[in-house]
Amino acid sequence: MTRLLSPAGSRVLFLGNEAIARGALEAGVSVATGYPGTPSSEVIESLATVARGRNLYVEWSVNEKVALEVAAAASFAGLRSMAVMKQNGVNVASDFLLHLTASGTRGGLVLVSCEDPGALSSVNEGESRYFAGMLEMPLLEPADFQEAKDMTKWAFELSEAIGNVVMLRSVTRMSHASGNVICGKFPAKTRKAVFRCDGPIMDSQTGPMISTPVVAKHLLRQQKLKTVQALFEKSPFNCYTGPARPDLLLVTASACSLYAAEAVEMLGLQKRVGILKIGTTWPLPPRLVSGHLRKAGKILIVEEVMAFLEENVKVLAAGDPKLSKGKTFFGKYDGTLPFAGELNPDIVADALAKIFKIRRDALSPSYLEEARKTAAMLPPREQTFCAGCPHRASFWSIHNAIALDSREGFVCGDIGCYSMAALTPANGYWTMPTLHSMGSGTGLAGGFAKLAPFGFKKPVLTVCGDSTFYHAVIPALINAQHNRADVTFIVLDNQGTAMTGFQPHPGIEVNALKESVPAVDIAAVCRAIGAKVTVCDPFDLAATGAVLTDFLAEKGLLKVLILRQACALSPEKKGKKTFEMKVDEELCLGDACGCNRLCTRIFRCPALVWDRKKKKAAIDEVVCAGCGVCASICPQKAIVKTPVASAFASGG
Amino acid sequence: MKNKNSGLTKNLILTGVGGQGNVMASRALAGMLVDAGYVVTIGETFGMSQRGGSVMSHLRISPDAVKSPQIPKGGADVIVALEPLEALRVLTVYGNPGVSLISNARSIDPMGVITGERDYPSEETIHEAFARLTARCWIFDATAIGLVLGNPVLSNIVMIGALAGTGLLPIDRRMFAKEIRKTLSPEKYALNLKAFDAGCSMIK
Repeated sequence: MTRLLSPAGSRVLFLGNEAIARGALEAGVSVATGYPGTPSSEVIESLATVARGRNLYVEWSVNEKVALEVAAAASFAGLRSMAVMKQNGVNVASDFLLHLTASGTRGGLVLVSCEDPGALSSVNEGESRYFAGMLEMPLLEPADFQEAKDMTKWAFELSEAIGNVVMLRSVTRMSHASGNVICGKFPAKTRKAVFRCDGPIMDSQTGPMISTPVVAKHLLRQQKLKTVQALFEKSPFNCYTGPARPDLLLVTASACSLYAAEAVEMLGLQKRVGILKIGTTWPLPPRLVSGHLRKAGKILIVEEVMAFLEENVKVLAAGDPKLSKGKTFFGKYDGTLPFAGELNPDIVADALAKIFKIRRDALSPSYLEEARKTAAMLPPREQTFCAGCPHRASFWSIHNAIALDSREGFVCGDIGCYSMAALTPANGYWTMPTLHSMGSGTGLAGGFAKLAPFGFKKPVLTVCGDSTFYHAVIPALINAQHNRADVTFIVLDNQGTAMTGFQPHPGIEVNALKESVPAVDIAAVCRAIGAKVTVCDPFDLAATGAVLTDFLAEKGLLKVLILRQACALSPEKKGKKTFEMKVDEELCLGDACGCNRLCTRIFRCPALVWDRKKKKAAIDEVVCAGCGVCASICPQKAIVKTPVASAFASGG
Repeated sequence: MKNKNSGLTKNLILTGVGGQGNVMASRALAGMLVDAGYVVTIGETFGMSQRGGSVMSHLRISPDAVKSPQIPKGGADVIVALEPLEALRVLTVYGNPGVSLISNARSIDPMGVITGERDYPSEETIHEAFARLTARCWIFDATAIGLVLGNPVLSNIVMIGALAGTGLLPIDRRMFAKEIRKTLSPEKYALNLKAFDAGCSMIK
């Protein structure tokens, strides 16, 4: 991606995440690590594409905690480094982070957390801003694309100025939005890695990197915040737009400041509302914030999900009786804005309209009625496994094995595209009733398996993806084996971190930098633990079904089935059909067949459709990926597969 | 509701179904406009939200300012849809009496339609709704053109060509050629230009 290396002064369209990557390059970052997770992945991905020849090490680490540890080592050796993750990744990294903020850092170290208000591509609405307060590290939040770049660069300088990690928080609407950025310069010289550890214990620049003596180091961490606050008071990332004496002061940060500006404009309130956009959200610069709070009697705090900014503004105001007297605060606690979900310009405009008791311009009632009537007739487009997705075949076999076993077995779910088996239960044929964090499926399964003495009789299965296996499953798997948990553990190995865009993981022989590296074999790891292991192609429904049926019958031990088949969207498979699929209209009996439309009503492949005119199944050639699985499910053998001559041969 | 003071900002929504090349099309379009000197903000979501679901890119094209990556409700000037049901879905939220629509005619059945639980609106119903909810609309089978050219996913570029043909945005063939030359191989470059031209010729 040469765009990321555009010359200084050029104006480029950057994804928010690319702007963050560019900022890191302009800061002279030497080591960048992360674990893939939407909406964070493109920061590391884009850095990896330009690393060669730049004295830059980029790594997809096994999980977020290790990513932060690898980045911290570089910082301890005086280099600039960053670790990048999605919101819940910060939870994974948080144990190390607690100790890291206590030992302090040397070379600039930036933790980038890209969060997902509204959970557009997550199964949680986790907040990492509170970690900044809890672990006493500075928090920066960019509000546009230029700032995403400039602020990232400055975050490294700030980290070095105080000797502690700095957190930069983005959100989906910043990370995955794009906008114009004017590029800056790259640094001329590169640093050498040197790790000194012969100095006094309280000197984090030369002494040992440890979090003890705990109380003394804690006080030192708090002292650093005074320096941070002084720098924040003068920061250009905090700015005020509006009249000298507004009726209402709107305090905001992050992408919300774009919604706020748009909402003020929509209502024509530019002369009555002032916007204080804060880029340095923790610790708040007290003089700057109180100076602006004095301007207005009404204060509205606009932010997404939790009331982190509102709470901190109110704490600041409460410390000064003159400041808080006669003020009305609007935000989440009074119900003006919701505590959950993402915001948009309309939600902010509605809040302002309510406070100012004005009516928003609306479209004509007849148009709105027409739109409402049209919306009511639209069938929803729910998420589904793609055409050719190996997960559909895997769940088909899992469902059938559970049904044959007839003890009401169930699957503990995990995080990946296969989460859709829980999110839209029909996608997983109603087999997967639990879904939590990465690796939790295996931990939960091991727990259910220990409930037999309490009368629990259902067999327990669990699934995880190949990347998830390395990330967080291994300890739970060892726990299950060691405690003789009767669990059927299934790895849905689709040969890459597919959901986030095919980043490599430790099972792949290539790393982020496209170098050849040793792969860690999942089957070998499971065998080393002592588990019984079988590897199967999920597209072979008969073989997969037979193994699963045997596993469910074999009681009292941990059984591992690795279902290996590359993702249909993987670069080596995408657009290449293995089979040309066709429904033989003579053989398909339609509604007269006893199958009750098994193929279209139950199997749920987006390419296998029901022709309402002919009243028979049909293949949508544009959508079909040619995996051939549906040919195995038709009781009439009416779905016919013909090998495509130049087909991609699935390697397994 | 239309923005009171942002008449100079053009709001475009590109919509379709995951896998139709929505993101690639919005990037190409935005790249052209940035080169032409506009400040462009794109809002979109990737990841699991793309798997078979509805996808939408919001493009804000401003002479001078970064805008919210989400267009206000009722605030679209132009909607480009790679799938007709998605055109309707976007119209009912972001449409207004002044909106222009360019829609692919080729439908992709959502799962509820495949399983028989829901009905896909008839062609006639769709055309009537388009007529009631837009100021101007163009509808043609861009997927069929893509198939003739060898790949149905080219429908995204066909639609960009059609958009250029309408004159609703300051984009043309020369700008498109310059933009895709940056990223595509010579072979794909020629094919994409063909798709662009085919789309452009659909607008009369």
